[in-house]
Amino acid sequence: MPATDTSVIATEELAAAHRMGAEEFRLACEKLGRAPNLTELGIISVMWSEHCSYKSSRVWLKKLPTTGPHVICGPGENAGVIDIGDEQAIIFKMESHNHPSFIEPYQGAATGVGGIMRDVFTMGARPIALLNALRFGEPDHPKTRHLVAGVVAGIGDYGNCMGVPTVGGETNFDARYNGNILVNAMCVGLADANRIFYSAAAGAGNPVVYVGSKTGRDGIHGATMASAEFDDNSQEQRPTVQVGDPFAEKLLLEACLELMAEDAILAIQDMGAAGLTSSSVEMAAKGGSGIELNLDLVPQREEGMTAYEMMLSESQERMLMVLRPGSEPLAERIFRKWELDFAVIGTTTDTGHLVLRHKGALVADLPTGILADEAPMYNRPIAPKPVPAVVSAEDVPAPNSLGDALTALIGSPHLASRRWIWEQYDHMVMDDTVVRPGSDAAVVRIHGTNKAVALTTDVTPRYCYADPFEGGKQAVAETWRNITAAGGKPLAITDCMNFGNPERPEIMAEFARAIEGMGEACLALEYPVVSGNVSLYNETNGEGILPTPAIGGVGLIADVSRVATVALKPGDDIVVLIGAETGHLGQSLYQKQATGRVEGAPPPVDLAAEKKAGDFVRRLIEAGITGTVHDISDGGILVALAEMAIAGTRGLTFAPADGLAPHAAAFGEEQGRYLVGVSRDEAARVLDEAKAGSIPGRIVAEVGGDAIVIGGEKPLPVGELRRAHEDWFPAFMGGKR
Amino acid sequence: MKAAVIVFPGSNCDRDAAVTLEAVTGVKPAMIWHGDEALPKVDLIVLPGGFSYGDYLRSGAMAAQSPIVRAVKAEAERGVAVLGICNGFQILTETGLLPGALMRNSGLNFICRDVDLTVERADTAFTNAYTQGERVTIPIAHKDGSYFADDETLDRIEGEGQVVFRYATAEGGSGNPNGSRRDIAGLIDRTGRIMGLMPHPERAADAALGGIDGRRLFESLTRTLN
Repeated sequence: MPATDTSVIATEELAAAHRMGAEEFRLACEKLGRAPNLTELGIISVMWSEHCSYKSSRVWLKKLPTTGPHVICGPGENAGVIDIGDEQAIIFKMESHNHPSFIEPYQGAATGVGGIMRDVFTMGARPIALLNALRFGEPDHPKTRHLVAGVVAGIGDYGNCMGVPTVGGETNFDARYNGNILVNAMCVGLADANRIFYSAAAGAGNPVVYVGSKTGRDGIHGATMASAEFDDNSQEQRPTVQVGDPFAEKLLLEACLELMAEDAILAIQDMGAAGLTSSSVEMAAKGGSGIELNLDLVPQREEGMTAYEMMLSESQERMLMVLRPGSEPLAERIFRKWELDFAVIGTTTDTGHLVLRHKGALVADLPTGILADEAPMYNRPIAPKPVPAVVSAEDVPAPNSLGDALTALIGSPHLASRRWIWEQYDHMVMDDTVVRPGSDAAVVRIHGTNKAVALTTDVTPRYCYADPFEGGKQAVAETWRNITAAGGKPLAITDCMNFGNPERPEIMAEFARAIEGMGEACLALEYPVVSGNVSLYNETNGEGILPTPAIGGVGLIADVSRVATVALKPGDDIVVLIGAETGHLGQSLYQKQATGRVEGAPPPVDLAAEKKAGDFVRRLIEAGITGTVHDISDGGILVALAEMAIAGTRGLTFAPADGLAPHAAAFGEEQGRYLVGVSRDEAARVLDEAKAGSIPGRIVAEVGGDAIVIGGEKPLPVGELRRAHEDWFPAFMGGKR
Repeated sequence: MKAAVIVFPGSNCDRDAAVTLEAVTGVKPAMIWHGDEALPKVDLIVLPGGFSYGDYLRSGAMAAQSPIVRAVKAEAERGVAVLGICNGFQILTETGLLPGALMRNSGLNFICRDVDLTVERADTAFTNAYTQGERVTIPIAHKDGSYFADDETLDRIEGEGQVVFRYATAEGGSGNPNGSRRDIAGLIDRTGRIMGLMPHPERAADAALGGIDGRRLFESLTRTLN
């Protein structure tokens, strides 16, 4: 820890130690009209870090569509807010906790969950669901098991203790994440649309109140760590990882919601990355006011903490609020009831400055503008790489047996059941989980109503690497499709943009093209971005991760009795395919299995066809014609059919498309497609209606028996497929694979 | 039937229990904060699932020492029925109101899933709407649910008919999920007024969420205590 005497005047060397370049340091001195002292340097450097300032991404993020008829509040607040009717709002966001989770998987993942929940309940919502999107290195990398075990336990223990169900997510393995895993957590909350709480602290003379846990020396410089690449010594950064206490957060949640029912809070902001610094600066900057804090009054866990340490601590489970003057006793009573710290630590001012006093001395005086809107912004150079050519099906070897290929795929690390993960999450608490993990989207009922939300997280990083534009489109479209497959009307998304070093033009190009692709899909599907997070510098020793723009989607189901799941049900005689067949094997999991590589262009997304097919399928669910729908994604039609068969314990006979190579028909990953289970009578009607709407459709399987039958091959008993599908994960984690 | 649900800091199935009680009995239960001094006059006290006081030290251990649980104990001695679900069961063993202890699951992980149970006793205040020997499906969600007692205690509680639910390990059943001795999932005390179980019957009482096999537990209580 550097000396913390405020008489220490910052230099270029000190700035470099804060990962602040010489140019930015000069800019800071220029804006300030003097060199900052050490405490001020700590504050400026963290606010100007990539993590807090979005300095490389802002110019691109502005291009995303963020408005729509359902949007109450788009990006820029703690989370996005959408209207779900009846004066109710859904507040949601996804956020990364990649760097800490790689260094300390249990605490890193746990505090990621804690942080995203605070973002949601800060705005007045009770969290009703959690999801996650996880990327690990290849399964046989020596660290992978340890990281999977730690991350899953961390997510589980935090969410389980909070009593918020973890209902969905996705997990990938790829060597490109060996040195930099991704842990993205999403929280969805429910609020009264007329009682949303924002962070802008307008007006002077209002009390600034600190609530929650005490401030300690943990997590100092967490945001700075999250803004740099890793190397072999990254493990030494373990002390920068925060430690979570879900019990404290549960108390904080209940206390905040209790106070929010009163008319006492003017503005509220959780203390996440950059803790007290970013919460106070953001509240003042957004409100056009200033803030003056007396750090002597900050509840402290340790003795002798300096101003520098207090301002940069990322201790968890803390909130900063600006209260209506006079309401302090009421607020204090509530927080004391929940046995939490409560301290008036300052006041809002009209100076536009962040002013800090400690032990009688003025230790920092910074204009908030410098720290917020005037932070550096870069339009970094981009160098897109050429998009690979389309691979034809003939160039991907056919298997000896489609059935063997299916068994291998469905029991592979990429497609094996994630039950081992989601059974460690309490996915039923709150008694509103209508569709549990394992289907296309989770469905959570809006408590006490007949409505529900459909929730999912998706992205296909290998597609994004091959073609970031199509990959970005596909990520958005796949969430839209998964929500649709559950019967939901997709309303809006949150994005969690995980990329490598933006100072490298090829990485910046991945980011830019992914944003453009996402934007195009959002516009075409009327599906805006309302919140998000950017995580850059996901690199170790100069090797970047796959570009991973993880998308979290939220849709609305008007009648919770009209939902669909993937399981074949007793009334299903026929499986109808909705969508076109071209046998696209480039970038498919089959290609990876057959050749050991993924190559070529990813499957393109035709957004007009996507919308048409999806709207059609959703109408079938809404009309009660089907309760069995599965979107076709990784692994293609045959894998999707097998998943339906396994989930429903029913057999089927697969009819591959005429005119396509059988392995391309079975495993091609064309986009915008669904499998719909219907009765024999309904099948003809569904196909007629599809035809009338110029939507491709055909019968792709007959349901019956207890095996999957593929041409003249030996039937594959569903029980055997289930074992292949279910056994991989527990065997892997048990060290048996 | 009038019920009270105790709310500890860290309880998180309190609302679920209350919603189910109201749905089955038609009467909203009283929600009793752990700091409250006295319990209202009720027929049933529910200790809900969750992580009381963060489950620090040991699941249920701190709650067992709390003043409100002393009051619950006094009410139980007066004959008020007590139902402990999940963390509530852990609290009941920690207080000694039920024998044995709930230890870390044998697989060491938290488990949330539907499990099959065999109804061992259908003649209690809590289970008289079930049939003896019936198999029912009710979810579990816990990390510390492995029931342990020494052989002597196990023989005694078996002999006195205190085992009410067992994990169904026979052919077709989902098996013992957590290593509980003798597959014990739920117990009743000698008086027949205090029951604890690890599965969550309140999560299996609404058809929209899957099964409704847990609903009859609340129906049994309503029938008995009205």
